[in-house]
Amino acid sequence: MSARQWTGDLALGVRFAFAGGREGWVRALLTAVGVGLGVALLLLATSLPNALAARSARALAREDLTYGNAAAPAAGDALVIASVPTDFHGKSIRGRVLQPEGPKAPLPPGVARFPRPGEMVVSPALQRLLESDEGRLLRQRLPQRIVGTIGDDGLIGPNEPAFYRGAGDLAGKVDGGRIRRIGRFGDPSPRTDPWDPVLTLLVLVVIVVLLTPVAVFIAAAVRFGGERRDRRLAALRLVGSDRWMTRRVAAGEALAGALLGLVFGAVFFLVGRQLAARLEVLDVSVFPGDITPAPALVALVVVAVPAAAVLVTLLALRGVVIEPLGVVRAARPARRRLWWRLLLPLGGLALLAPMVDQGNRNGDFNQYLVTGGVVLLLVGVTALLPWGVEAVVARLGAGGVSWQLAVRRLQLSSGTAARTVNGIAVAVAGAIALQMLFAGVEDDYTRSSPHDLTRAQMQATLPGDVPVAPALAKFRHTPGVRRVFGYAEGGIGDRPADPVHGTELTVGDCAALRQVADLPSCRDGDVFAVTGGEYDTETPHLARAGRTLYVDPSYEGSPKRRQVPWRLPRDMKRAPSRPDLLGNRRGGFLATPGALPAAAGPGLRGEIYLSIDRSVPEVEERVRNTAAAVSPLSTVDTWSSVERSPRFASLRTGLFVGAACVLVLIGASLLVSQLEQLRERRTLLSSLVAFGTRRRTLGLSVLWQAAIPVTLGLLLAAATGLTLGAVLLKLTATPVRIDWGGVLSMTGVGAGVVLAVTLLSLPPLLKLVRPEGLRTE
Amino acid sequence: MNAPAGSLLVAEDLRKAYGPTVALDGAGFSIHPGEIVAVMGPSGSGKSTLLHCLAGIVVPDSGTITYDGRELTAMSDAERSALRRGEFGFVFQFGQLVPELTCVENVALPLRLNGTPRREAERRARTWLERLEVDDLAGQRPGEVSGGQGQRVAVARALVTGPRVVFADEPTGALDSLNGERVMELLTEAARSANAAVVLVTHEPRVAAYSDREIVVRDGRSRDMERAV
Amino acid sequence: MTIARHLHGRTARHPRPHSMYTPRVYTPCSVLGMSIGHTLLGLLESGPRHGYDLKRTFDEKFGHDRPLHYGQVYSTMSRLLRDGLVEVDGIEPGGGPERKRYAITQAGVTDVERWLATPEKPEPYLQSTLYIKVVLALLTRRDAAGILDTQRSEHLRMMRVLTDRKRKGDLADQLICDHALFHLEADLRWLELTAARLDKLAAAVTP
Repeated sequence: MSARQWTGDLALGVRFAFAGGREGWVRALLTAVGVGLGVALLLLATSLPNALAARSARALAREDLTYGNAAAPAAGDALVIASVPTDFHGKSIRGRVLQPEGPKAPLPPGVARFPRPGEMVVSPALQRLLESDEGRLLRQRLPQRIVGTIGDDGLIGPNEPAFYRGAGDLAGKVDGGRIRRIGRFGDPSPRTDPWDPVLTLLVLVVIVVLLTPVAVFIAAAVRFGGERRDRRLAALRLVGSDRWMTRRVAAGEALAGALLGLVFGAVFFLVGRQLAARLEVLDVSVFPGDITPAPALVALVVVAVPAAAVLVTLLALRGVVIEPLGVVRAARPARRRLWWRLLLPLGGLALLAPMVDQGNRNGDFNQYLVTGGVVLLLVGVTALLPWGVEAVVARLGAGGVSWQLAVRRLQLSSGTAARTVNGIAVAVAGAIALQMLFAGVEDDYTRSSPHDLTRAQMQATLPGDVPVAPALAKFRHTPGVRRVFGYAEGGIGDRPADPVHGTELTVGDCAALRQVADLPSCRDGDVFAVTGGEYDTETPHLARAGRTLYVDPSYEGSPKRRQVPWRLPRDMKRAPSRPDLLGNRRGGFLATPGALPAAAGPGLRGEIYLSIDRSVPEVEERVRNTAAAVSPLSTVDTWSSVERSPRFASLRTGLFVGAACVLVLIGASLLVSQLEQLRERRTLLSSLVAFGTRRRTLGLSVLWQAAIPVTLGLLLAAATGLTLGAVLLKLTATPVRIDWGGVLSMTGVGAGVVLAVTLLSLPPLLKLVRPEGLRTE
Repeated sequence: MNAPAGSLLVAEDLRKAYGPTVALDGAGFSIHPGEIVAVMGPSGSGKSTLLHCLAGIVVPDSGTITYDGRELTAMSDAERSALRRGEFGFVFQFGQLVPELTCVENVALPLRLNGTPRREAERRARTWLERLEVDDLAGQRPGEVSGGQGQRVAVARALVTGPRVVFADEPTGALDSLNGERVMELLTEAARSANAAVVLVTHEPRVAAYSDREIVVRDGRSRDMERAV
Repeated sequence: MTIARHLHGRTARHPRPHSMYTPRVYTPCSVLGMSIGHTLLGLLESGPRHGYDLKRTFDEKFGHDRPLHYGQVYSTMSRLLRDGLVEVDGIEPGGGPERKRYAITQAGVTDVERWLATPEKPEPYLQSTLYIKVVLALLTRRDAAGILDTQRSEHLRMMRVLTDRKRKGDLADQLICDHALFHLEADLRWLELTAARLDKLAAAVTP
């Protein structure tokens, strides 16, 4: 066998792939689009690690809140930086205030020069927002002059809203917490393993779950037009090519589709990359430049996809004998055996088993075992489904004519049906498992709020140098604010520095204090020692009348605090704690403003609790604006009844959308094969109509034909998905709880795809069974 | 052409065009109950279109078709379908048996479309398979039987509902002469004993010889040889 | 009817049922001879001709390998003259039968008409007669396709009888009938083919 003959046969196949007029082109295009979509998804997936790495590199490079980095930078060349994040319309905005203390103060990445007081540099996304109508209220909050743009180096994504603002009065306020003095940007000691093991697991599973159906889809795509190809090959046999030549020609055809698919995939990938830049999922956007697959992975895709296409074609030809006068399908394929099919999912479980409960022990998952186990479990679905469809369909009994037509058809060729449904089953199984995992893990992040939301829904924190009383008035006059309670809060201890006993001090007027404790009586100048506070073991040690305590004590390792001495009055009273505005029972000392020395004021931060009328438009944004006006260093929080980790919520949405897209993709291939089958049976269908079969009966039989295997597939998928989900939850040591919502939504989408496929194949069906179909060509 | 009295199915002045192709151009037809009429003519002459019109599968562009006093062209699609289910039977050239169904299920299919319960339908199907001497094939699928056997199953399927008219379009077209003749003998015998009329489209003289008379279709026009002479 | 009987030398078959068509019939016989009278009559329909002219035209259109003897023309024309189907239109000076110019009479036209419309009894070597009929019909602008249809009907009638007999008979009957059926089928195929080529034929034979 000469190489020339080989290439000749392959080239003939390539020619065949595009020959045959419009129909040939359409088929080749369909295959290419199918393979292309798959390739694009593969490339995107292989770019994911790179994109994530680039993201975290950018994040690390601009890191300024480095914990444990207490060493004070060299005086004069330091930078005082304050973190002032804010929210706008549910979007988090990264904000920093900068005050350089010398010519060599470090510039943040992406910033050309320091903004002076009254100036700021902003990210392009924030600039767009500030200049839009939507951003009008935000502009009031950030009124500084925009003097520059933050470059891509300083942003983790193109759509990240961020600003750096200049200031001249930060130096005295350094507290080692939100306001600190740094000598450089970037974490000098980055964590060696930035990956949360649970997150690793999630990413691995997501990739496997989304890619397995893509592989199934590619396998289906290269088989588009298979029947016609078989007939063509039979014609080749007639003119004298041998069995191996026809196989090579078939391989050439598959190769052509796959290669064109690679080109399509590259184009789709490049387009998708640009689109991804505009896309924002979970407040995360990615620079197109960061979406770059590793060359080795690209090479793997380029080699593996055509190879897989050829392999699938040759496997499909295995059961087919192409004779010169036509195609003979192996008359009765051997009965499908169960045992080796069961081995796959069981093997998968066996791989996952040793890692159960690793999540608890902070253990790192063996990535190969996890990937292998998940893949085996999912591939097990594709192996079990044909057996299951065959076994169930063989036992399906009586029913109407449409049912009988469908069941008999499935009995004769259950493999085809199972193959097309495989993709759906894998996607749904994976998605159910992930939904379950997310829901379970989310439980750790989501709990109903302990806060008492009837009295206050927002909280503003002011730095200590801002007097509370005037601020209260400003909040009171903000539209939409119903009631306001203000406190000055801080720590108190038995020594100025490193106290042995310490507790909290809350200062407020009598009305405010009554919100946190049941006061026997109250007037300005009173002090109360609270009893019955949660976790409060310290107050009894300190609450002795006449004793001198220190407000705002210092602790070793952080800047020196105010350390204002304060003598507890002799007429100090006791008051039992009650749930405060946020539902906590606080302990420590309560004091009215008149009982404290004036010097203590700056050592306490202001806490304003607000009850708002949510029906007033933009009330939250107005409150934030007021807070910013009171002090640019203030922070605002909004309480809601359920605290939910938004990270996971949007991740779940993303997964759902991804899985739905994969299902639609598979629905497309289901539709193509359905139409192909209808066209083949056109004369038969027309003759059925001739002897009076209702079109409804034919339509129903098409529906059953798709619905029976899909239902079985979804049942199997639900079972596998729940098993996999349970195992994954076990791995992360999370209590197993079935997420019925996830199960229902995913199976619902699967069922919807079947319905859509049936509906879309009805018009061609009705067109085909017109009497013209009876005319013999 | 004036329909002779007592005709079961009469068509007059049928015209039908598929796009620019004129298939029927003033064709007529009539058949008595129990009569076997061959429709002959060269290929492309409009034979099959005439049959499709007569059977209510195709609606002619103009002309009238009266079946048992009812005007076919005025019926809705559903009514015509019901008529085909209940009163007509069909045999096509390549059998057109449903490949997935067994032979007995294929024969029972028209009965089941009419609402006969499965068990009863299959019982009656079996007796018809017996009459056509293929009862041993009942459990086989069409792919497993020979062309002649399959065509007998198709004849059984056409007759199982006790139709008043059987439309046969080249019923032996795919068979050798011996098998073809046997199928014709069985078809005509069964039709005669059931007093079913048969409209037999064929271009084979020896098949047409099983008819009582023939009409010739040429260029979309028909000629009834009985009345023309 | 009497004229026809004379011409055919046998009784008209219609509408009496045919005698059985059996292999016995397949003996060589000159069908041609029986139709010369009608053929010459038909040729005269297009206008009066001399006897020699008639022979030439006949040979040209139907004679091919077997030209007519002039004697055949002479005797046939005398018979037609006697039966009143033709008349002498004029005689050229010089005398002799070859100098007579013949014209067809109304009775003659009717006779041709009747002959063309009557299907031939299905038997071997019929093509020659049928061919003549078709060509004459084309020459005289009559419905040639109708002639073929009528003939097909006649053949089918015979085939039905044979088919029926075959169904009721024993194996010997079946084999004998089949033989006849296949021959009839061959004739029918020829009819179909001729019908399909009528246009070409018309173009070839009409001047």
